[in-house]
Amino acid sequence: MLRALQLEPAKCTGCQQCELACSYENEGVFNPSKSRIKVFTFHHEGRFAPYTCTQCDEAWCMHACPVEAITLNAATGAKEVSEADCVGCKVCTIACPFGTVNYNHDTGKVMKCDLCGGDPWCAKACPTGAITYVDMDNAGFERMRAWAQQSPQGPATYNAPRPKDVATFTRAN
Amino acid sequence: MAWTGNVMRVNLTTGEISTEALNKQWAQEYLGQRGLATKYLYEEIDPKIDALSPENKLIMVTGPLTGTMASTGGRYSVVTKSPLTGAVACSNSGGFIGAELKMAGWDMIIFEGRSPTPVYLHIENERAELLPADDLWGKSVWDTDEELHRRYQDPLLRISCVGRSAEQGNLYAGVINDLHRAAGRSGVGTVMASKHLKAVACRGTKGVGNLKDPMRFLQATEQAKKVLADNAVTGQGLPQYGTQVLMNVINEIGALPTHNMQEVQFEGANKISGEAMHEPRPTDHQPNLTTNAACFGCTIACGRISTMDKGHFTIENKPKYWGASGGLEYEAAWALGTDTGVDDLEALTYANYLCNEDGFDPITFGSTVAAAMELYETGVITDKDTGGIELKFGSARALAQCAELTAKGEGFGKILGLGSKRLCEKYGHPELSMTVKGQEFPAYDPRGIQGMGLAYATSNRGACHLRGYTVASEVLGIPEKTDPLVTDGKPELVKAFQDATAAVDSSGLCVFTTFAWTLDDIAPQLDAACEGDWTADKLLEVGERIWNLERDFNLRAGLTGKDDTLPKRLRKDAAKTGPAKGMVNELDKMLPHYYEIRGWTPQGELTDDTRRRLGL
Repeated sequence: MLRALQLEPAKCTGCQQCELACSYENEGVFNPSKSRIKVFTFHHEGRFAPYTCTQCDEAWCMHACPVEAITLNAATGAKEVSEADCVGCKVCTIACPFGTVNYNHDTGKVMKCDLCGGDPWCAKACPTGAITYVDMDNAGFERMRAWAQQSPQGPATYNAPRPKDVATFTRAN
Repeated sequence: MAWTGNVMRVNLTTGEISTEALNKQWAQEYLGQRGLATKYLYEEIDPKIDALSPENKLIMVTGPLTGTMASTGGRYSVVTKSPLTGAVACSNSGGFIGAELKMAGWDMIIFEGRSPTPVYLHIENERAELLPADDLWGKSVWDTDEELHRRYQDPLLRISCVGRSAEQGNLYAGVINDLHRAAGRSGVGTVMASKHLKAVACRGTKGVGNLKDPMRFLQATEQAKKVLADNAVTGQGLPQYGTQVLMNVINEIGALPTHNMQEVQFEGANKISGEAMHEPRPTDHQPNLTTNAACFGCTIACGRISTMDKGHFTIENKPKYWGASGGLEYEAAWALGTDTGVDDLEALTYANYLCNEDGFDPITFGSTVAAAMELYETGVITDKDTGGIELKFGSARALAQCAELTAKGEGFGKILGLGSKRLCEKYGHPELSMTVKGQEFPAYDPRGIQGMGLAYATSNRGACHLRGYTVASEVLGIPEKTDPLVTDGKPELVKAFQDATAAVDSSGLCVFTTFAWTLDDIAPQLDAACEGDWTADKLLEVGERIWNLERDFNLRAGLTGKDDTLPKRLRKDAAKTGPAKGMVNELDKMLPHYYEIRGWTPQGELTDDTRRRLGL
């Protein structure tokens, strides 16, 4: 089954563990400025919101790329940047309506979320469940369940399966 | 490794900025942050100097795990000689700037001298520049933060700065970062302002890497995060209620000092507790607490973000305070509320905002107001002294007025800004100052928690709960339960907590992790990241070395064993209610044995054997 990152801002505490995990997996260094996922803080309202690529089906970035450096990974549904092919023209960063493809001046290439090949580190690192990796076709299930639980007799009980006790971080390189 | 190896030295007198290599041997002996910067300070200044003279230095310092994925790995400290106590000062803060300094490639920044005119330091990775701050001088922390963000058009710029209280010579001004996190105690902000350094604004994009064994580090930190998540305090209590989870607990055991420590239980405790912050207000049906919030990399997230009732008398017609901002932590709620007898949660939140906005320590401020209230109620001072403030215990209005004046250093706020020791001496009643070495107590009464009496008396920075938090053992049973009402075994307990805490404070991690972690959880994380062999035993040794170095600094500064004491009230006036009713703190029963196990003389001085053993 294809899965998607589900982001729930109400659960986010702004700790940036996701950014640390993302930058480490992709760059080998703890560096939020190189993270593909970003946590935004709205101080006046006291809100935090993680945000990253939604992996559009008709991906603007992919269509805009003049050298076909962005391709679909059919196994994960991710649109991945081939650093070998990317020429750093940044057209994709303009094409993306959500701003989730960004230029990395250290490499001269663009970077975007690639779902870590189907094992996204941000979701593993999130301590509050604000970022989860769920069945793409049923991303609304938890919200549906929350409504379904309601009844005039009071909310029904539901014991959510616990996440894995200890996430395992392994890097290929 | 884990350390960047880079030290920035900023001579404010000449405006010169230089770079030097970190002393690697000292890093092995003192780890980082608190320990390492204290070593630099110890070696570089004469402890006898006036803390507010150009000869004093101010060090901003990260730990080896700052900026990594270790939970809570975002801490930094500000180390200097304190103008409040004359002792060594080391104030620790979370938020985000610690990690940003590290990401920019710096282990520490040493500020020397005094700039002829106000300046701020702008850092972008290896580039650092001193710039004029004449236009920022006289601005609050919040306005300074806003102006610098506007100037650089960079929302990710991280800022530490001082507010108006520090500029006006308030002796307990802090260095505030990220709007409402604070290196709060002992007047480190006062020293920064005395150097005419208004702010440090930093952007670091280099990241933190270069760990000794990255895969082992990820596994060790992941395992340790699970320990935090599974622990009742760090996994549930702190995220839900913050440190304010303690208000009702400490009240019940009769160790919640109130009315300038005259009583040990507060009847209004449940109105200002962590639980109360969740309750919808009758006025606008919203709770005081908006959300919890995390510092950099923290998987606990004990921070409080509050939104006040717009109709509350303190902020009517003041839209500046209508948005969400840093809410009450336990120590602040205690000092601003319990100790002053004020049980108005909104008023305490307001006073806390002002402490953040203009950068002064809410613990010392609240306790100083409480002392002034006692002076007022006993007729020692009058409306003439207070400028018309009716300074009665329990008066929310008086508290708010005092906070407003202290923030700007105006009127009676100028005197409150000196701290309770100088305030009470000025009016001829030094015995009413609830301080050790000139620094005010935090929120645990040592009559009801005996070990804390010894921890306060011997703390190297004056009364402080964060130098040896035996509350963990005596009240919460961490790592094992001891009886808070007995003195037996407490010298050993205090020493163990002091040494372990000194190591944690030097790592880049937050001491709140130790509700769940022992050094056995911390050592593997350090060992995977840092050069050298880092075991729990080595950390205890490093902690003990740091403790003794701080002690040695203080002794050379002119403090003696006689300063290891408590106010008479806590030693002579028995607790009137609660489980400790009839008891005083029996410091005399604990102190001699404490000196003995520290390897100090009966006068509290380091012996040659101790120096040799610790390599001092």
